[in-house]
Amino acid sequence: MTKYDAIVVGAGHNGLTNAAYLARAGLKVVVLERNPWIGGAAVSRELHAGWIYSNCSYVCSLLRPEIFRDLDLSRHGLQIVPYGGGVTFLQNGDILGAYTDHDVQRREIARHNPRDADAYHRYSIDVMRQCRFIRPLLLRTPPDPTSFRLRDLREMLFLGKEFAKLSEAVIYDTLRFYTMSIADYLGEYFESDAIKARFSGSGIIGTALGVYSPGTAYVLLHHYMGEVDGSSGAWGFARGGMGAVSNALGSALKAHGGEIRTDAPVERVIVRNGKVRGVALANGDEINADIVVSNLDPKRTFLKLMDEKDLSPAFLKRAKNFKIRGSSGKLNIALDGLPEFPALGRDNPLRFGDMHFVDSLERLERAYDDWKSGTWSKDPYLDLLIPSLTDPTMAPPGKHFMSVFVQYVPAKIHGNDWTDADRDGFRDTVLDQIARYSPNFRQLIRHVEVRTPRELENEVGLTEGNIFQGELTMDQLLFNRPFPGYAQYRGPVSGLYMCGSATHPGGGVMAAPGANAAREILLDLRRPNPVPEGWTDD
Amino acid sequence: MTESQRVIIVGAGHNGLVCAAYLARAGRQVLVLEAADQVGGAAVTREFAPGFRVSACAHLLYLLDAGISRDLDLAGHGLKLARGSLRTVALAAEGEHLVLDGGRVAAGPLGAADGAALAEFHHRMQRFARVLAKQHNRRPPRIAGGGRSELMAAALLGFDIRRLGRDDMREFLRIAGTNIFDILEESFASPQLKGALALDAVLGTNLGPRSNNSMLTLLHRLSGNTAPGLPVGGMGAVTAALAAAAQRAGVTVRTSSPVVRITLAGHRVSGVELESGETLAAGTVVSNADPVRTLLTLVGARHLEAGFAQRVHHLRAKGTAAKLHLALDRLPEFSRLAAEQVGERLVIAPDPVYVEHAFDHSKYGQSSTAPVLEITIPTVHDTSLAPAGKHVLSAVVQYAPYIAGTGADADARRSQFLERVLAVLETYSPTLRQHLIAAELLMPADLEREFRLTGGHWHHGELALDQFLMLRPVPGAAQYAMPIGGLYLCGAGCHPGGGVMGSAGGNAARAVLAAERSR
Repeated sequence: MTKYDAIVVGAGHNGLTNAAYLARAGLKVVVLERNPWIGGAAVSRELHAGWIYSNCSYVCSLLRPEIFRDLDLSRHGLQIVPYGGGVTFLQNGDILGAYTDHDVQRREIARHNPRDADAYHRYSIDVMRQCRFIRPLLLRTPPDPTSFRLRDLREMLFLGKEFAKLSEAVIYDTLRFYTMSIADYLGEYFESDAIKARFSGSGIIGTALGVYSPGTAYVLLHHYMGEVDGSSGAWGFARGGMGAVSNALGSALKAHGGEIRTDAPVERVIVRNGKVRGVALANGDEINADIVVSNLDPKRTFLKLMDEKDLSPAFLKRAKNFKIRGSSGKLNIALDGLPEFPALGRDNPLRFGDMHFVDSLERLERAYDDWKSGTWSKDPYLDLLIPSLTDPTMAPPGKHFMSVFVQYVPAKIHGNDWTDADRDGFRDTVLDQIARYSPNFRQLIRHVEVRTPRELENEVGLTEGNIFQGELTMDQLLFNRPFPGYAQYRGPVSGLYMCGSATHPGGGVMAAPGANAAREILLDLRRPNPVPEGWTDD
Repeated sequence: MTESQRVIIVGAGHNGLVCAAYLARAGRQVLVLEAADQVGGAAVTREFAPGFRVSACAHLLYLLDAGISRDLDLAGHGLKLARGSLRTVALAAEGEHLVLDGGRVAAGPLGAADGAALAEFHHRMQRFARVLAKQHNRRPPRIAGGGRSELMAAALLGFDIRRLGRDDMREFLRIAGTNIFDILEESFASPQLKGALALDAVLGTNLGPRSNNSMLTLLHRLSGNTAPGLPVGGMGAVTAALAAAAQRAGVTVRTSSPVVRITLAGHRVSGVELESGETLAAGTVVSNADPVRTLLTLVGARHLEAGFAQRVHHLRAKGTAAKLHLALDRLPEFSRLAAEQVGERLVIAPDPVYVEHAFDHSKYGQSSTAPVLEITIPTVHDTSLAPAGKHVLSAVVQYAPYIAGTGADADARRSQFLERVLAVLETYSPTLRQHLIAAELLMPADLEREFRLTGGHWHHGELALDQFLMLRPVPGAAQYAMPIGGLYLCGAGCHPGGGVMGSAGGNAARAVLAAERSR
């Protein structure tokens, strides 16, 4: 039996990134994946003949450009095609367009509310400032504020210096931004409810909080801090679907000599004398390594793969109380043609972007109330895209693939597991909302894949179907992510590491957690460290 | 002494009186102007029906700063507790009530695991609350641009957190920004216990148990470190003692003198103008009015830098707490509650989901269909408040969102809500209505009118992380001095916030004196 230097459990984008860096540093690495395919939640799957679905994650912006370049992902086949703009359909028949061109966007906002057009200018600058503040922190390991180790003190000092670079007023704005609700934050800029609804969507996607819940303003950053081709805040499609990201990472990993084994579900992490010794597969095989890196969420890693006796009661409590709440679902739809949206008009370029149908904060908040009471939103927030308009490889000629992200969808219905009847009810709620704005939509539907938290959990392995591997609230951010005292990618047992989105800097197809974890592992091994650190652009 | 050396304090609330007393003791000539015909602001005892008196807003004393109380010898000026250390009775519609005495279960249905968890939770929260308590009588530090003394002050705050020790510090940093709902779910099984604790966290706030920040509000509530008590003669007795102490120190207090404008000469205050037209000159004006009223009404936005005015305009200060006063012809009975328990602090918040649901209505501008209540019957301990044998029931009721305006609509809203509140009370005390002589419900709009609280918010502004410490009331004005020469704020809108505490008043007085020294 061969012995590896490191085993990565789970071939999500972070697991692959982590393994690629370890392989590049000369380690003998294997990635073990439960499914017959790699990618975790960043996959492209042909679930209806001729159509490729990005059936979980569907758009790309956050992938760190340093990693993209460093692992030479273009050479491994990854191409990101930017898409522009979007549209919110209003109840009064009008639309609110979203444009990437700042001046065009201002004119469109002015059409709805002239004062909000001025506010938009201020808003863009202020949000961009927050993005600039956070970006240097993404590819860094969070310091432990309780530690007196030199490295932690240095990192705390670094954070302090980053803060000190801002003016006093901006520091206060930053503190407030991190603690406010998205509704209150937008309320300081805008008057128009439709405009606030448009921007607040980014504060709740993937999050079990409402627009009025303090802490949601920060979530906005997870949709703004990315870029495509150096264009800040821009979003794009990975050509061929999000699986292209995972495939490129997998290819980079193999190019550096790493291995990937699919259909290899890990049953348990082997610990002997307080040290990790490898993993046992479901088929009984044991694979040895002194380093095991888990790409899974903490609940799976610690409560399912590990023996309780290897963990302290306090640590187990942390794992049990980790907030990883299912709050979203998805519909992937194969269409026989392009649906018409009369309010938008046939040739409006906004159709290339995201379409939203919720035009007020109250509707968004009520959607959250449904979640709180244990059911899917009856008037949900949809983020609808037709990727095949931009990337024709996703569907046969003349046909289209529609991706519909749905917020809010609870992990359980009134405390019970999802049934197929629930799933159908949920599907109809979503299709009805779209059909209200597109009369020929229903006739064009050829196939619908419905993904509730149940499907996301069973197939992808995300507990409760939480897309960020854990809520992005202050109690689970930075040095608190996933748990206080364990934010530096090291697990509670020697040789065990974490590299998923449940670690800093959190969710989104960013690959930063995977890279950061690799840096820590190589640091422990005292190896030369090829992992980029900090912010290299600007 | 010239008039320019005089200090005028606008509003004789508890913080205004504390500030006045400290300034007078430091030798300043201090004049307090109060709009109402009695001192006290919102900390007053009010006759709401002939012979029946009650604390008009806050009805429990638990945050009053011990140092201020000692400094000003409030006991010597007549402040006495009718009853200290009230227990909390979490009323159950069916089954046994749960009686809590701090972190201990005095009676009621609570499993051993929950009992042990409660003791641990209570002690931990006490330790965390002490970190906040240490900040009460300090000026919040500026984070940048303030020089070495500010950096030292910020470091001191960091040091207080650090001194908790590693485990506690980690837990503090984890929970300080989170919500009570999740923490309760982590810690306890009993819905009754969780309901009562959830209520503690959200009382007086525009938050539901699931809203982040509700741990902070709980810690703020606990930071007085004393169990709630009832002053003899109601809350008015606290401010009466403060007024007596202030007058002893040489302060002049004028009631029935509403200030309509803070006058400026250039970019400095020159005094105030009263509703009567009378103008009074002063070199320093300290406002105990809320920040919005002080800056946007009394000073006027046109005298403020636009960005600053904007911040004040966006201060979140919409009240959701109403106050219920009932005059009763006998001591009310609560089902399955022993008569000697009726005088404790009674809460109606059967479980945290109930509390959250009550909050949900307020998000959309509606009053709760099933409100939550914090009830006291002060006449059990203090017979001076009602005619012999009769009783007063006082309750903080949530949620009744602030809706501006008076008139028929407001009256309809009030009577509809009163009906709902009485219906909820009747589930626990079926015979209540038979003993009812008079009822008064003060909605946030009524509180705004009666006590000149903008938005009817008891705390002059939400207590939340974005309006806390150096961000309270607004960034750039968190050190009591406003950006107009000689103008200060001293009320609950400033650090450390609401509750009958007095610390804001004391801190403001120190800020006034420090500014004089550095001039």
